[in-house]
Amino acid sequence: MHFEYKVEGGDFTNAGTTSSEVKKMLKQLGVNPSIVKRTVVALYEAEVNIVAHAYRGTIFVDLEENSVSIRLEDEGPGIPDIDKAMEQGFSTASPEVREMGFGAGMGLPNMKNNSDKLIVNSVVGKGTTVEIINYF
Amino acid sequence: MTVQELVDALGLTVFCGKENLNQEIKGGYTSDLLSDVMGHATEGQIWITLQTHKNVLAIASLKELSAILLVKGSTPEEDMLQQAVEEGIPVLGTNEQTFETTGKVYQLINR
Repeated sequence: MHFEYKVEGGDFTNAGTTSSEVKKMLKQLGVNPSIVKRTVVALYEAEVNIVAHAYRGTIFVDLEENSVSIRLEDEGPGIPDIDKAMEQGFSTASPEVREMGFGAGMGLPNMKNNSDKLIVNSVVGKGTTVEIINYF
Repeated sequence: MTVQELVDALGLTVFCGKENLNQEIKGGYTSDLLSDVMGHATEGQIWITLQTHKNVLAIASLKELSAILLVKGSTPEEDMLQQAVEEGIPVLGTNEQTFETTGKVYQLINR
């Protein structure tokens, strides 16, 4: 099964909407609750990253017999040093975003801890693609 | 302890979610960093925070928390409140500081 969602950069009012829809769908389809929980944490962080850092993005969700794969493609500034970005506590979020309680440098570590496979590819000046895969 | 029992014990304000005050509180989490809560809070906990915007609600809903408790006399922003009403998640308030509030909640739910 394949689903697609659009995400707008800067739109904090709707941040998490896609995560919420995907959660509902996975639950309805009877996916193991602990896998739903992990997937939703990883997806929420990735979704918020598009909102906080990119101009816009698309989220592709593929549900297979024994896995859920989520690919998030954004148009944005990209990440110059992915290893650095993966470090706990590292963030390039704006002061406004930090004031809301985001930008603590925990997003990518959360994604890593809550996915079986996490692939991050980025081109500076173009955008970032994040792939989250969880196996049932 | 249920959310209602906590409300009664501490004299908390109930901004919304009256229909779900019978929910059991399965622990608590105190933090103003959203990703910290996202990564470490668990289902059924009460979340103590000074953040009052709509994203708080998104996280509480995704993590299936039992309630949100706003400290220092904070009130939820309009869109947070609206979302909370839609989702039926209780949003509570106290005039006390985070430290005192967390201590009291801890004592009560671990009795």
